Amino acid sequence: MLTRRHLVATGALGALSLGFAPRIAFAAAPTSKRFVFVIQRGAADGLGTLAPVGDPAFAPARGVLADDFATGVTLDGMFALHPALTNIAGLYRSGEGLFAHAVASPYRDRSHFDGQNVLESGGAAAYAQKDGWLNRLLAALPHEQARGIAVAATVPMALRGRIEVASYAPSALPDASDDLLARVTSLYASDPQLHGLWEQAIATRALTGDLAADNGRNAAATGALAARLIAPADGARIAMVETGGWDTHAQQRGRLAGQLRGLDAMIGALKTGLGPVWADTMVLVATEFGRTVTVNGTGGTDHGTASAAMLFGGGVKGGRVLADWPGLATASLYEGRDLRPTTSLDGFIAGATAGHFGIDPARMTAALFANAGPVKAIEGLVRA
Amino acid sequence: MTDAAIALNRFGLGARPGDDVPGDARRWLVAQFDSFEPRPALMASAPTSRQAAQSLSEYQQFRQQVRAERREPAMVIQREPAGPRRVMDEADAAPMGDAERVAIAARRRNRDAYTSAVGLRMNAALVSPAPFVERLVHFWANHFAISADSMRAVGFAGPFEFEAIRPHVLGSFRDMLFAVEQHPAMLMYLDQAQSTGPRSMLGSRAAANGRKLGLNENLAREIMELHTLGVRAGYSQTDVTEFAKAMTGWTVGGLGRGARLAGADGRAGDFVFADRLHEPGARSIMGKSYADGGVRQASSVLDDLAAHPATAKHIATKLVRHFIADDPPPAAVARVEAAFLESRGDLPIVYRALVASPEAWAPAPAKFKTPWEWSVSTMRGLGLSELGTPQTVGLLQQLGQPTWRPGSPAGWDDIAASWAGPDAIMRRVEAAERFASRAGTEVDARARAAALFPGTLTPATAQAIARAESPGQGIALMLVAPEFMRR
Repeated sequence: MLTRRHLVATGALGALSLGFAPRIAFAAAPTSKRFVFVIQRGAADGLGTLAPVGDPAFAPARGVLADDFATGVTLDGMFALHPALTNIAGLYRSGEGLFAHAVASPYRDRSHFDGQNVLESGGAAAYAQKDGWLNRLLAALPHEQARGIAVAATVPMALRGRIEVASYAPSALPDASDDLLARVTSLYASDPQLHGLWEQAIATRALTGDLAADNGRNAAATGALAARLIAPADGARIAMVETGGWDTHAQQRGRLAGQLRGLDAMIGALKTGLGPVWADTMVLVATEFGRTVTVNGTGGTDHGTASAAMLFGGGVKGGRVLADWPGLATASLYEGRDLRPTTSLDGFIAGATAGHFGIDPARMTAALFANAGPVKAIEGLVRA
Repeated sequence: MTDAAIALNRFGLGARPGDDVPGDARRWLVAQFDSFEPRPALMASAPTSRQAAQSLSEYQQFRQQVRAERREPAMVIQREPAGPRRVMDEADAAPMGDAERVAIAARRRNRDAYTSAVGLRMNAALVSPAPFVERLVHFWANHFAISADSMRAVGFAGPFEFEAIRPHVLGSFRDMLFAVEQHPAMLMYLDQAQSTGPRSMLGSRAAANGRKLGLNENLAREIMELHTLGVRAGYSQTDVTEFAKAMTGWTVGGLGRGARLAGADGRAGDFVFADRLHEPGARSIMGKSYADGGVRQASSVLDDLAAHPATAKHIATKLVRHFIADDPPPAAVARVEAAFLESRGDLPIVYRALVASPEAWAPAPAKFKTPWEWSVSTMRGLGLSELGTPQTVGLLQQLGQPTWRPGSPAGWDDIAASWAGPDAIMRRVEAAERFASRAGTEVDARARAAALFPGTLTPATAQAIARAESPGQGIALMLVAPEFMRR
């Protein structure tokens, strides 16, 4: 049983909402494994993250957004990672990073909120399932180890459910407080020069989102914080980190680069902070859906369907890209505009968590995605 | 703005709590000429250019050694024909040798010297009894900018300001010009130290051996374009080349190729004239002939440039831009220009003309503070006398104006368009909040804002500060208020 004092002693200072009502879901062996889910809210562009440069339709369709991949360093001849992802490329090369492309949850429309609800709840449709798959994963752990934490001010949907979890919002970040920003807005209201500049500054801040802010240092701080929360033997075993700012409708090239730099810094800081515990840790990065194949009129992309997911960790059988590639030729696209989903994100998650925690894949699938329609766990994602 | 607020903020570096401007603001400014300290006690152990030159010299010697070692393998193979072919490279080299250790230490010394000098500059700006003159020091250091972006320049940036600018800020323009152009920082930064006359003794000898040693026009051009006459002020490319030839031989002892090839005497960092680099013959520059006279040839040119009418106009325009408006009012420029010409560049007389210009006392704040100005006035306003040295370097970096690193010899821009950007303001807001969190509860922003802007604070700002949710937030709002962003 984890007490407030207990968690504080492990390094989680600050406001914690705790309280556990553990029940034994099914007998599980004690585990030293950790699992972190990094959600990319706003529909991260999988084609701009893990680019199918070997697909002849890629460069023509992507225009200026393909330029970031002109250096020609590919992972396997077919896919190339965005150049901002240096830590992540290192994990791929060392066999601890794996990507899945053309993946999607069962959701097939293009609303962020509904799409995120399906991704997080693990249901077949939005709001069909009342708890989140990450909370159900907690229930699959021995009850004394079923400790989860949201690195966020509130508990996100994926972590909500029967098992109570903690949340912790980093508060000492160097960004100015929202309240001060609002007061500066009124302070500048009647100053013609400062008023205009400030409006732009606020708009930019909203666009770039938290990951790109402060050149990724906020993101790195979040990664380091997550590591502190899960590294101790009596720390949390399952953590969720929320990232925003992925909805790149305009000027995607610079903004996505900033976002990815932040994500990369976060993963790097997480691995560094975990030290030897990295060997027992698995990190999943996933988004609610992808973005359109072609570039829109403002240098961005619009809401799409399939995207890419990432898996990192000491036990991941990495150095691979899993993709049943549907192709980017117009005839191959989903509804003539989006990357067609060919792999189930739910199956990817079920297979990854089953392998990681040593639980039978069918049982894991039933525990996490019983109501998501037919899901088959993808096996072999973890080294034996 | 009231006259008092203008004296404190537009001419000075921002008010400090307790600062009191006596009745006559103009007299208060001019009186600072008597209280300015060229070398205040806090600079007693400031880094010197001689130290920087020594470190740079050690670093350069190591680099030469590495290059020499790279040429080594052929000899090794000759001596040991039976042995395995050995290719040396840096990775293959022995564990760090003494020379490398010395070089790394030398590099660190010069970087540390930079950091420490930035801290001293800030420290002086915060506590000086003559903030108007300190501002003029900053003005001239930027006018004669070097950029500390390279190993060649980083150790010299502070000493350059302390040795060439501060002692002359209340002297004559001509003396400052000579101190600047003969300072090792400038001679290294703008490549003068290695400039060789093609027909000089060394230039001719090199040519005979099929090597090319030649003229470097960099410093000569920038003296004309940036330091004295101003761009498009009636000189031609031929004038630049002729001036560059006249300047050959102006070099630095103990540093770089020029002095070494010339066998010039002098300790590392001293200005030396190396006759063997000097292009013989008379030079014709802007219609005037200068007989060959060794070091005196270029000195004569510099003398004439310092007193040239175009120089007076150029300097007057920049001073008026700095103190009055981004678009300098012609009448004010003409007044300052006339003072420059009549006094033959006697700087206190020039400054008096500036202070006497009615345009300088226009109540509307026309100048948007640079990050440096905002940082200095922020700390003065909070009553701080120093910020940790690395913090000073970091703060200016974050705000977008790393000290002594404008990136070019043209220095930092002195117009609002270069500084008033959305991100720049956001960074000031973030920094203000951090300053506010350090200031604690001792500062009451309501009273402080009124004191810092005598008779100038707008009701809107006063109200925003009064309504702040906490004392700290009140301080942050004060520091980013429109009154505080401009001078």
